[in-house]
Amino acid sequence: MRTRRSGGAPSGAAPYLFLLPALVLFAVFMAVPICYTVHLSLRRTKVSGLGLGKGSRTEVFAGLDNYTAAIGDGELWAGWLRVLGYGLMVLVVMLGLALLFALLLDSAHVRLARFSRISIFLPFAVPGVAATLLWGFLYLPSLSPIRQVLDVDLLGAGTVTFSMANVAVWGGTGFNMLVLYTTLRAVPRTYYEAARLDGASELQIALRVKIPILLPAIILTTVFSVIATVQVFTEPTTLRPLTNTISSTWSPLMKVYRDAFVTGDVYSAAATSIVIAAISLVLSFGFLRVVRDRAFGEG
Amino acid sequence: MSTATLPITPAGRRRARRRGPYGVAPTAILVLGALYCLLPVSWVAVAATKSKAELFSTAAFAPGTGLLSNLADLSTYRDGVFWLWGLNTLLYAGGGALLSTAVSAVSGYALAKYRFAGRNLIFNVLIGGILVPSVVLAMPQYLLFSQIGLADTYWSVLLPQILHPYGIYLARVYATAAVPDALLEAGRIDGAGHFLLLRKVALPLMLPGMVTIFLFQFVAIWNNFLLPFIMLGDDQKFPLTVGLYTMLAAGANQPSLFNLILTGTLVSLIPLIALFLTMQRYWRTDLSDGAVK
Repeated sequence: MRTRRSGGAPSGAAPYLFLLPALVLFAVFMAVPICYTVHLSLRRTKVSGLGLGKGSRTEVFAGLDNYTAAIGDGELWAGWLRVLGYGLMVLVVMLGLALLFALLLDSAHVRLARFSRISIFLPFAVPGVAATLLWGFLYLPSLSPIRQVLDVDLLGAGTVTFSMANVAVWGGTGFNMLVLYTTLRAVPRTYYEAARLDGASELQIALRVKIPILLPAIILTTVFSVIATVQVFTEPTTLRPLTNTISSTWSPLMKVYRDAFVTGDVYSAAATSIVIAAISLVLSFGFLRVVRDRAFGEG
Repeated sequence: MSTATLPITPAGRRRARRRGPYGVAPTAILVLGALYCLLPVSWVAVAATKSKAELFSTAAFAPGTGLLSNLADLSTYRDGVFWLWGLNTLLYAGGGALLSTAVSAVSGYALAKYRFAGRNLIFNVLIGGILVPSVVLAMPQYLLFSQIGLADTYWSVLLPQILHPYGIYLARVYATAAVPDALLEAGRIDGAGHFLLLRKVALPLMLPGMVTIFLFQFVAIWNNFLLPFIMLGDDQKFPLTVGLYTMLAAGANQPSLFNLILTGTLVSLIPLIALFLTMQRYWRTDLSDGAVK
């Protein structure tokens, strides 16, 4: 962020007062819960005697036991693998389509651009639960117009991941397209005129001029999409009632939910959620680094 | 220039429809994308008009005759709990977005227009919140709320969604662009205090940007599933997302309930789609030019 010179007058306590509500909310609803999760992740229940009666269950320090359990948990790893496959599909297809649509909308030779732009952004206004529900019904053999054309079990063990990825692509493409399109519209048209005068074709302008300009926005949307994908929860949870191919621990987040609220083991749920947070941070920073090294290697 | 709806500009005129080197292919690709995005929504709009028998017998996009009876069924479903879910959602999304916009605007203004010790640190800490996965927050928030007796209350869904890093970021960008330093300086020379400048100069200038922040936050809360799903047990306090989920979980094996679920889904989509279509010019992801037109 560029710092700008503003207001010569001494500001005194005013900016801190203005920031107080945000800082209090941050402390209460972010800092404290995060610390509490870390605290819980280092503890476990100790059962003395038969575990009956008051005082027989106490909370004790567990060190890193919950973490070693989380890292050694095969069910969790299976979940990570499923989310990895799902996430790669979603990221590549969703961001690829968003980029394609943004470039097409920005090019000069498109009809119905307004209709297309609004329609593609429309799923942004549809909650994930409703989107999954709609597609879920569209996947059902008894209702589906898709199934009348395509004879594939869309909710089978081999296909359900694709079907779920489709829901995420459908819901997320429009927003990412808008971010990229907005960035493109802010570019002075003279850039393209110059390229055109040099004899560049529309395709070359898109690849050599527009995509490099879009790079920071592409990186930003990728990082946010990675964070969202690692936490996938709503889609598999909502699709579960319609098929028996999605387990209650299909994604790591679903396992956290089950551990905390069904099994009642908040300690291992806390450790798992810290692991999820760590992985999503590593992924997003790792991605940023790789991109920065490759794109700005000389700099 | 970065509005969602484009004004007529020289650049716009240059976009005047002419046939490009790739023929109709670009248009065809975009229209295909648009149809794909419209498919589920248009399908449910038709499906909700079908009676129980028609749903499984007539062609997918053939309108039916059961819309009114479906709506009547929806209204009587568990004593009209569906409409209560709608009101709850409106309360969570409307109240939450309003508070969130206020907090974001004031914070963004302070971060954009004052220089003070710790400014960058505070900004980075507040923005860094966007990287924290929601489950790392929702589960301990639930546990902490239940210790003070606030779990399963309206507060438990409303309060955690007020602070939003993206809102603060947008507000800062918008305040930087829309509130001229000279104007604040003039006000200061005239003896206006910090609060007066905020109320009379900065916030009125920031209003268009605040509408955008309100809309994004409204949609984010309206669409949220995980937090209310974790916080609430009493179905009288559910928002529509959790309500629809429980309807589906109860009715997935009973095809006779499908009409009800589809009609409920359609009704739940109408307010947001209406808001979306009427507020086109405020749906922006970039506020750096300071003008929403």
